[in-house]
Amino acid sequence: MNIIEAKHLTYKYGAGTPFEKTAVSDISFSIEKGEFIGIIGHTGSGKSTLMQMLNGLIRPDSGEILLDGENIWKKPKEIRKVRFRVGMVFQYPEYQLFEDTVYSDIAYGAVNKGISGQELDKTVRNAAEFAGLPDNLLEKSPFELSGGEKRRAAIAGIMAMQPEVLVLDEPTAGLDPMGREFLLSKIREYHRKNGNTVILVSHSMEDIAKISDRVIVMNKGRLEMYDTTENVFSQGERLKQTGLKIPEITYIMNMLSDRGYGVKKGILTVEEAVRELLPLLKKF
Amino acid sequence: MIRDITLGQFFPGTSVIHKADPRVKIVLVTAYIIFLFVTGNFVSLVFMVAVVLLGVIMTGIPVKMYFRGLKPVVMILIFTSVLNIFYGKGEAIWQWQFLKITWNGISNAAFVSIRIIALILISCILTYTTSPTDLTDALERLMKPLKVFHIKVHEIAMMMTIALRFIPTLLEETEKITNAQKSRGADMESGNIVQRLKAMIPVLVPLFVSSFNRAYELAVAMECRCYRGGDGRTRMKVLKTGARDAGLIIFSVFVLVGVILCNVMFSEMIVK
Repeated sequence: MNIIEAKHLTYKYGAGTPFEKTAVSDISFSIEKGEFIGIIGHTGSGKSTLMQMLNGLIRPDSGEILLDGENIWKKPKEIRKVRFRVGMVFQYPEYQLFEDTVYSDIAYGAVNKGISGQELDKTVRNAAEFAGLPDNLLEKSPFELSGGEKRRAAIAGIMAMQPEVLVLDEPTAGLDPMGREFLLSKIREYHRKNGNTVILVSHSMEDIAKISDRVIVMNKGRLEMYDTTENVFSQGERLKQTGLKIPEITYIMNMLSDRGYGVKKGILTVEEAVRELLPLLKKF
Repeated sequence: MIRDITLGQFFPGTSVIHKADPRVKIVLVTAYIIFLFVTGNFVSLVFMVAVVLLGVIMTGIPVKMYFRGLKPVVMILIFTSVLNIFYGKGEAIWQWQFLKITWNGISNAAFVSIRIIALILISCILTYTTSPTDLTDALERLMKPLKVFHIKVHEIAMMMTIALRFIPTLLEETEKITNAQKSRGADMESGNIVQRLKAMIPVLVPLFVSSFNRAYELAVAMECRCYRGGDGRTRMKVLKTGARDAGLIIFSVFVLVGVILCNVMFSEMIVK
């Protein structure tokens, strides 16, 4: 069952001015319910534009986006409803905090959605707990939090809207290694627990390799590849041409395979590589 | 989209007007605005409009951009035209109660509208062809004599540069925050004025916070590079006037003579 289907999406910035630039051209793909999709691409490859189309912030010049089989721009006046179903976490989301307390900031989206009373309280506390924010922080001002805590509060604000599809743009950018690891594991947990669809945009190939089912590769506004993570990362040369690198462990294993050692291509994690290499070592 | 605002937008190019000294450009634009008000009849006005249009074509910037620059004044144009139409003297060609339209009124309205349009176009030429830094640089040089009155010319110019520099940044930031809040279900497109103003709070608060942060960071960065005001500061790029600028000035003198001649020769047509 496809939750999202994109058909021939095209969008130009500044149409009709000297600054006209095609951001995205003729992109089609479909995403199944409950999938974890990674989007990678060079800076300026059209990732952000594509993402903003998914929740109706940008209306494509041509082509359409189907959410659960229905065109999201069928009733332009009701585009807000789409935004509750496709939750969008922007890059550096801590800049969107504005309320007096962390609690009311997390509640903002949920209140807009129309959740109230007991249910609201439950939703907010659940989201906060999920993002790893202890209860005692909820009554503080969001501006008193540390960078990592702010980030988590902002993400909790989107999770509280209980979107069917969660889109995250570089959620770990600028975090320390501990914070990165923590946030990624939380996102993975969110995906597993609720069976929600998650779309993750990232520059970190390691992160993408670790958690996505399928990967979309964007290049110069076009869809370069859309395949399972293993298949995408076993084509190191092709990725290199689009200005991307494959995870180091994948690179080493692909080289070994090319030299005639009997290992699989497209190994994504160190653990997998160990499993693949141990029998090989025993032979010597 | 917010980005569509063209006010004060610079379009890089290589035309004669682009390359002219910004100081000369500022002085000449001021002069042309004065010439526009010197025009007393349709002949001299048409002459000035032709000169302005020549300038527009010479910049090589798409005419569409100039139309965009005119958009914000459309309301003012309509307002002044309507007033002028009803305030004309002479014989009425249409009358209802105290409202009357005369030929004199119609010609006045047309005259004033054309003058305003030419005024906007000429200022567009200046801002479209001059980068903000050049513009403030030139202003600083032109205002230098004011130092006699203990006016801090350099500081004023620096503030203007910074303000201009951050307009696009702030617009981009506003758009980003607006998109983020829209993603959280903020409704900014419907409701009455009070509701709409309230809907701006989620955008304004983060915008203020980040502006203050940015100002603070900029101040620290400037201090790190030993900025201490304009005293004893030299320039990497010293503005120079050349043959091109002399040509523009001579051309402008001819324009002035032309306007005055048109006024004198067709003096019986003076529009009052």
